[in-house]
Amino acid sequence: MLERIFSEAPDFFTYYNIIFLLEAMLATFLLSAVGCVIGFGSGFFLAVTRKTTSLAYLPARMVAFVFIEIFRRTPFLVTLMMVFFIFQIANVNISLFTVALISVCFIATAFISEIVRGGFDSVHQTQWDAAATLNMTLFQTLRYVIVPQAWKIILPPVFSFFILFIKDTALASQIGVVELTYAGKVLNNKGFSAALVFGSILVLYFALSYPLARFGVWMEEKLAPARNR
Amino acid sequence: MPQLEIVDLKAAYEKLVVLEKINLNVEKGEIVSLIGPSGSGKSTLLRVLIGLLPPVAGRVRLDENDIDYANKATLRMLRDRIAIVFQQYNLFQNMTVLQNVTIAPTKVKGRPVAEVTEEAKELLSKVGLADKFNAYPDELSGGQQQRVAIARALALRPEILLLDEVTSALDPELVNEVLDSIRLLAAEGMTMFIVSHEMGFVREVSSRVAFMSDGLIVEIGSPKVVFDAPTIERTKDFVGKILRH
Amino acid sequence: MNYTLQFGQVTEFLPYLAGGAWLSLQIAFLAFCGGMVIGAFGAMAKTFGGRVVRGITAAYITFFMNTPQLVQIFFIYFALPDAGILLSSYEAVLIGMTLNAGAYLTEIQRAGFQSVHRNEMEAAETLGMSLLQRVRYVIMPHIAKVLFPPLSNQYILMTLGTSMAAIFGVEELTGRAFNINAETFRSIEVFSITAVFYIALTLVASMSLGLAGRYLFRAKMRLI
Ligand SMILES: Nc1ncnc2c1ncn2[C@@H]1O[C@H](COP(=O)(O)OP(=O)(O)OP(=O)(O)O)[C@@H](O)[C@H]1O
Ligand SMILES: [Mg+2]
Repeated sequence: MLERIFSEAPDFFTYYNIIFLLEAMLATFLLSAVGCVIGFGSGFFLAVTRKTTSLAYLPARMVAFVFIEIFRRTPFLVTLMMVFFIFQIANVNISLFTVALISVCFIATAFISEIVRGGFDSVHQTQWDAAATLNMTLFQTLRYVIVPQAWKIILPPVFSFFILFIKDTALASQIGVVELTYAGKVLNNKGFSAALVFGSILVLYFALSYPLARFGVWMEEKLAPARNR
Repeated sequence: MPQLEIVDLKAAYEKLVVLEKINLNVEKGEIVSLIGPSGSGKSTLLRVLIGLLPPVAGRVRLDENDIDYANKATLRMLRDRIAIVFQQYNLFQNMTVLQNVTIAPTKVKGRPVAEVTEEAKELLSKVGLADKFNAYPDELSGGQQQRVAIARALALRPEILLLDEVTSALDPELVNEVLDSIRLLAAEGMTMFIVSHEMGFVREVSSRVAFMSDGLIVEIGSPKVVFDAPTIERTKDFVGKILRH
Repeated sequence: MNYTLQFGQVTEFLPYLAGGAWLSLQIAFLAFCGGMVIGAFGAMAKTFGGRVVRGITAAYITFFMNTPQLVQIFFIYFALPDAGILLSSYEAVLIGMTLNAGAYLTEIQRAGFQSVHRNEMEAAETLGMSLLQRVRYVIMPHIAKVLFPPLSNQYILMTLGTSMAAIFGVEELTGRAFNINAETFRSIEVFSITAVFYIALTLVASMSLGLAGRYLFRAKMRLI
């Protein structure tokens, strides 16, 4: 195995292949990053929706609940296939990257919404009570009292989710999105040995994920001790 | 005509019934003290009045209007007129002392920031916190936090003030100060509910004292009657024990 | 776009999908158990091991946590034959998932061990408990209570993760969905029914694990 890797290496690490891999790596990163940023926005919105109490919002709460439960409990691969085929059947002309991005958004929305909700709930009941007796609206309570205290609880797991999804987007290669794993398959099909190709792909994922993971740990420690404020 | 009428009020935390059947009428400007053993439901009664715990049965009437605690608009109106100082203070941990006091008047009531800030500083100075405007709650002692909570409630200019264990974390000197301000507020017509274990304080300040036990108001009357000549055995026991301390 | 949903044709395949779901559960269960064993050794190695053992364990965890499971399995399935290790797709998936789970479960179990506080131990000691009693009455219940929720969560994530096996031709739930799709071309129907299967599987798992956690270990767990 090793001899073959060494003999193929000079042909493999050409300028063209390296650029190809780096571009694929960027696609992998963007898929997760953009998906999580959008997912954070919509997930936050759903978490707020679920915090409402009035009867008028009951349908909205139920929609939010069902949406979250569906996408938390469906594998990314299945969501990806659904979105892919829906666009194919609807005959809408969008890029495969967009299809994958939309799928990531759905899943990220569901998972991040649960993280945000957990963050809201982590703020002590006394704070909610005080805000209620001061006649603050839900929006005011969140804006002035809860979010300033909860964001330190929310941010680290959201960041972890983002890093997790850098790896999970490998599944997007299945529908032909040119990201890191797909690039590996292409090079493998060109005749380079699987060990060399997928070994390199693993290294590149590691190079992307590990520094971010370290940053995540650093951030978590940084945010942990001074609980409030 | 009483300002606040509590009729056959019953409340529970899930299955645990804490208030069995509370009946109480309060006139405007009265200071009613609630005393009773720990766990007798004093805090719970205040939580029900301010709408944090919906009652299971019974009625609360404010100026002869029934309060529907399930109705958001009514609840807003109610909380516009009633303020509470929690037993655990419940200060916003992410805000300075001054922000804690000004947040509701400015953001909820929409009053001008400069005016509210001025008033808040005055209130805080009155309770001896002139040098703590920019401190955060976790940098304050219990007694200091309690005084911030009092200032926060007063800044709302309520008609009825609910004070839960308001003297428990104060030193004797401050108790006198708080006592003075409470008398002053009462003279201005503010109605007050005070929960306290400080019997000297209760005797000094109350118009009436209600003794609670096991979710019922067992005895109610002027401080003289309740402390010096209680008619009910259970009250005698409790008062006897407390006064011996 | 004039596509009408037709579930009729697909419902014929429900028993076939259910069989796939059963295989998914098996893969998740086997990989989880294997991962738990690796995780137990890993957690002990990280807690009590010497420098070298700790370093090796850390390298294993770091590698598997920072690379995609899919590519790990690609490597196992396509590259290991070069080194003379030939595995069936099912074996490759199972080994990949187990090794991957082992890394995450090591971290979870280690955190659980670490959460046993020294003062709890000392309190137990002052009560005159023997080491065995301490383990039995103080340490184990505590660890169970702390570990159960994250382990349950990991198990559910792994149930969803088994769908990856389809890519290697394993005929579990998603694999069978691919097969039906290729035969009927009712893509949306097929994959929505497949999603419902996964939702049902994980809901049942969440609820039963939640109940077990609440009543057996007094862990704070949501049922949904
Ligand atoms: N959030 C809650 N959930 C469930 N039970 C509660 C809750 N708060 C209070 N209780 C119970 O309700 C009963 C009355 O509590 P409450 O706080 O009203 O007592 P209290 O008279 O204010 O006591 P203290 O003098 O100690 O403050 C107690 O038995 C208590 O255990
Ligand atoms: Mg109390």
